[in-house]
Amino acid sequence: MSSPLVEQPATRPAAAPVRAVNSSTRELPATLRRLKGNGFTRFVDLTAVDYPELPERFELNYMLYSMATREWCRVKAWTAGKAPTVSDVFAGANAFEREVYDMYGVDFEGHPQLRRILMPDDWVGHPLRRDEPLGGEEVEFSAG
Amino acid sequence: MAVGTKDGTPSFMLSRIEEWSREQSLWPVMFGLACCAIEMMAAAASRYDLARFGSELMRPSPRQADLMIVSGRVSQKMAPVLKEIYDQMPEPKWVIAMGDCASCAGIFNNYAVVQGVDKIVPVDVYIPGCPPRPEALIDGVIKLQQRIRAQAART
Amino acid sequence: MPADLLVSDRPEILHINLGPQHPSTHGVLRVELLLDGEIVVKAMPIIGYLHTGIEKMFEHRTYLHNVTMTDRMDYLNPLGNNLAYALSVEQLFGCDIPPRAQIGRVLLAELTRINSHLVWTGTTALDLGANSVFLYTFREREQLLDLFEELSGARMMTSFIRPGGLAKDLPLPWLDNVARFLDMLPSRVDDYESLLTDNPLFKERTIGIGQLTAEAALDLGVSGPMLRASGVDFDLRRANPYSSYDKFEFQVPVRTGGDCYDRYKVRIAELRESINLCRQALNLLPPGDFRPSDRKVVPPPREELGSSMEAVIHHFKLYTEGLRPPAGEAYVGVESPRGELGFFIVSDGSGKPIRCHERAPSFANLQALPIMAQGGLVADLIAIIASIDPILGEVDR
Repeated sequence: MSSPLVEQPATRPAAAPVRAVNSSTRELPATLRRLKGNGFTRFVDLTAVDYPELPERFELNYMLYSMATREWCRVKAWTAGKAPTVSDVFAGANAFEREVYDMYGVDFEGHPQLRRILMPDDWVGHPLRRDEPLGGEEVEFSAG
Repeated sequence: MAVGTKDGTPSFMLSRIEEWSREQSLWPVMFGLACCAIEMMAAAASRYDLARFGSELMRPSPRQADLMIVSGRVSQKMAPVLKEIYDQMPEPKWVIAMGDCASCAGIFNNYAVVQGVDKIVPVDVYIPGCPPRPEALIDGVIKLQQRIRAQAART
Repeated sequence: MPADLLVSDRPEILHINLGPQHPSTHGVLRVELLLDGEIVVKAMPIIGYLHTGIEKMFEHRTYLHNVTMTDRMDYLNPLGNNLAYALSVEQLFGCDIPPRAQIGRVLLAELTRINSHLVWTGTTALDLGANSVFLYTFREREQLLDLFEELSGARMMTSFIRPGGLAKDLPLPWLDNVARFLDMLPSRVDDYESLLTDNPLFKERTIGIGQLTAEAALDLGVSGPMLRASGVDFDLRRANPYSSYDKFEFQVPVRTGGDCYDRYKVRIAELRESINLCRQALNLLPPGDFRPSDRKVVPPPREELGSSMEAVIHHFKLYTEGLRPPAGEAYVGVESPRGELGFFIVSDGSGKPIRCHERAPSFANLQALPIMAQGGLVADLIAIIASIDPILGEVDR
């Protein structure tokens, strides 16, 4: 990964006013704190995308918003399964990190209460991983 | 309840009254889960007025209700809660599966949704639709009333 | 059973559960409470009781199939969800939408906002004990649902706004009916306000209850009427206009108190502004196409199928393989009745998205519940949950 504190254009172009920043997982709290100091004070979203063929399969996507310049900023980081929490930088990241843990199994170190949020507490597996099946029951026809 | 004839069985008139009062005052327990709950609220509101058919009140407490209208998709986390609410209802009780999700999980054939609420509780009437119109819900309630009448006539 | 989430070492504290089956939780929300008598020491929302696995299903269905699932996430704002999803897919394609479709989308989105706020007003009043307001708002809402049904055939889940414009054109008799509905509505909103706004009981139950400061709101990711009631003048329709909102003139109601009463006032004012926006949309609606001519995005009109082989091939490919947007990522934030709503879509060029995530406003808004409820009474908690306006369908997805 390139140096985390230098803003890099995203690998894929986006038309909306979205600034994109790549970060290393280790530097995530520092990057987000710096962006918050630069005006990106509203926490918008945290989600993950799973690329099971890559060694660092989980791509974490953070979205922040600057009220002054009215633009979004997307922060990306790649991890094989662990990441530091940013719930001390943005209080709103708390539930989103629990959801990424529940759905993907990413362990957010330092999170005050990292437990499942959408699935039952005794559920086994992380449903949104690409190698987990869709589930449900067999039907006699196929939807394609 | 055994009043009316010498050997203790209720008279025909008395069991007719009992069955008529059961079918004409089905009080649903408030069990709105998702989008169908909004149509259930619309059925209870001004234009469609489910109260005309006896469902005057939606009881929050299952102990005071005799009908459970499962309106919406039942997730894995909600399934034990649904069973518990059903168990808390006193006999006689009936279940209407309102909507496609309650009948068969609708469009959600996946890990998270119970594939039909009849996997957990016995269902008396299924109402298809996504969501079904309030008139369809009222039709389902009327069918349930006919079914109660038919069950009582058989015994 | 899961381990207790809240613990207290004081013996007089009562650890009790509210929901998920409860008349006033606006869906299947469970709140775990630590109570000192009637006072809430700590409140914690527990969600997941309506988790439907929609985001996983998005990856297994084509882009057009997914439109029907977006209806069912925030089920009081189905056309708004359709719009957010369509805008993200169109951002992937990079295609232009004709003006008639854009203005038509604004009209439909604002009608849906009216629908959502009518339900909110009715159910909030119902939670606080004012039963008749519920019956009045649903009476008006039925007329609105008649309009949706006349247009699309379905009362709620219309799936009318699709990637590439609208499903069908907006017919003229329907537009007349919309105008008639909009003429009738303001006096009815005056009726609701006459029952609630200066009602001393309503004011006692909502003024000063559930305070939320602007800093806390921004930090938590709160958006929408909750943010505007806390003093932050921010509306995505004005800050980052989409679908030609920049052609419209409208006020954004803002209040500074941050309590339940302010949130009520903001939503009622938004209802009136939506009526205004719908009227402007009816006036601004230009003639023309209701969807672009790019055959990779929308199927050709039925008349062409009889004469053009190419049209038949496009039609066939679109309906068997589905839309195939180019590889890339897209996110467009729109202003739903609850706040910032957006779909983050990642495409690899195939007919199914590899990731489609909904940024649900209620998911972030609900995180404000613990700090708003702390120190208040249990009855205040009910008013607070109502004023957050959570829709569990989008919280749990």
